[in-house]
Amino acid sequence: MDIEVIKPGLLTTIQDLGRPGYYHLGIPISGAMDRHALRAANLLVGNDEGDAALEAVFTGPELTFTDHRIIAVTGADLPPKVDGESRPTWAAFEVEPGQTLSFGFLKRGARAYIAISGGFEVPLLLGSRSTYVHGQFGGLDGRPLKSGDRLPAGARKRQSGSRLRVADEMRRTMPADVVLRVLPGLYNHRLTPVAEQRFYDDTWAVAPDADRVGYRFRGGSPLEFKAREQPFGAGADPSNIVDACYPYGSIQVPAGTEPIVLHRDAVSGGGYFTLGTVIAADMDLIGQLQPHQKIRFAPVDMPTALAARRHEADRLDRLRRGYG
Amino acid sequence: MMTRYSFGGDEHLVVEVDEAMSLRAFLAALSICNAIRDSQIQGVTEICPSNASFQLRFDPDLIAAEDLLAEVKKIEASLSNREQALGTRVLEIPVFYDDPWTREVMARFSDRRQDPEMTDLEYVAHINGLSGPVDYVARHSGSPWMVTMVGFGAGSPFMFQMVEQDQQLQVPKYVRPRTDTPKQCVSQGGCFTGIYPVRGAGGYQMLGVTPLPIYDPTQTTSYLQEFMILFRPGDIVRMRPIGRNEYDDLAEQVKTGDFQLRQTPASFSLDDFERDIKAFNQQMLEAIDGH
Repeated sequence: MDIEVIKPGLLTTIQDLGRPGYYHLGIPISGAMDRHALRAANLLVGNDEGDAALEAVFTGPELTFTDHRIIAVTGADLPPKVDGESRPTWAAFEVEPGQTLSFGFLKRGARAYIAISGGFEVPLLLGSRSTYVHGQFGGLDGRPLKSGDRLPAGARKRQSGSRLRVADEMRRTMPADVVLRVLPGLYNHRLTPVAEQRFYDDTWAVAPDADRVGYRFRGGSPLEFKAREQPFGAGADPSNIVDACYPYGSIQVPAGTEPIVLHRDAVSGGGYFTLGTVIAADMDLIGQLQPHQKIRFAPVDMPTALAARRHEADRLDRLRRGYG
Repeated sequence: MMTRYSFGGDEHLVVEVDEAMSLRAFLAALSICNAIRDSQIQGVTEICPSNASFQLRFDPDLIAAEDLLAEVKKIEASLSNREQALGTRVLEIPVFYDDPWTREVMARFSDRRQDPEMTDLEYVAHINGLSGPVDYVARHSGSPWMVTMVGFGAGSPFMFQMVEQDQQLQVPKYVRPRTDTPKQCVSQGGCFTGIYPVRGAGGYQMLGVTPLPIYDPTQTTSYLQEFMILFRPGDIVRMRPIGRNEYDDLAEQVKTGDFQLRQTPASFSLDDFERDIKAFNQQMLEAIDGH
């Protein structure tokens, strides 16, 4: 049965765990910026953990239901309401036919995930229901929701209680001091050692134009490059390289001034030098950063990155054991 | 050429075959990518060739980073003296150079261009020491280009001119990127020619437009029904200048599904190419003329 979009919210898209396998053609993985939150929301409502849910940025949508559904809202602290009555986040609750789901003001984080039992059944494209707005495909006609849209909902897969909640220790909360861990490398040899050290010492603030393609940061010192004669085809600016593929999480610094961390809708390549890559375990956290939030980048080695990865996997295992 | 390896976080291995762009570096990168695909290394999930480098995405839960690095180095060493050749195709892209739509967009972004008094075509001709747009178009369409990377946006090609290095057209990008570019705009930045798959932001100098979609997620365009993206790394591309009337005709043919893409299989050998570039290119252009 369809769900009617009364108000779309600022930027609400359908996302799942994305479409890997086409990055070599410029099609990024897309999918939830905060994958852990998407999985938790789905598990709470009895879905498969990679089913399609809504990703709402800063403000929530207003949705009217035509049948009974279990709902869960995770990720950012965006308080849900059913016909105006408050409901908890990170917990399952029910809606009845004719009821409306709306949201209060954002308290913390940036992206809320709204899962419904049965999931959102837009067509699969290259194996995923995720919206890739820049490529104008996936999700609902390749675009964010708008008023009057009708969202197709799938059949309920399994029973799930309506009183489930995710224990506090399995939620991601925003730490007081945000540190994004980085494996230095890629083209960091282009920097002077002093400039590289300063990049990690400085405090940076999320720029207003941070989005699904990349998070831009401001406020640190401009970078200085080692002198060289630019190689053929690289372009004249010392921050230029011969256009190459960009890893997800890689940090580019156009003209040496404002670092950009590429995220799920990354451009697959380009001609800017990169100085390292945010480790996979910290990518979800980036999706919850609000504009002006202050952060630091911290250099780590590969064993540290892998230990952080195991820590995330353990947290996910505990979540699955409790709710799968 | 000196191959350089670096891990991009815990999930990527980036391999720079050469700092500078050349067909030799591209073919070396592509052949290592192909060999990695054939060897089916467990845990490698994506292989992305890119101009003079390539990138692998891997799952560190399935293969340890240092094991992957050792495997890739072994493959690279086994290929180092191999002839650089590939089976590919030649395809023709009709281009309406100096069209009214790019002129309109250009006019809106005068403040982001090197010389607002000139069109992009006049500027790129000037910066390459040519007499004007006619000469630039003759050079741009007079020799084939090789697709050396697909990416940035969905299906967007990076094409490298198949001429001696000192003959290459080179242009700076816009001073600041535009927020708009016409769909299917043929453009140039640095030594690369690109085609914008969709309308949107961009920083390359705008030369013209092609009536051919190069990306179609609806997969209704006649030659994009099997897959939504036209270009593949290694494709050899000939630009054919067309005027307004032919542009309109071809655009209509694309719309009605009657358009036939001109393409023909070809084999490329770097040795043959470098031995006599003019003769080799002539052969490529004649091959497509027969189709």
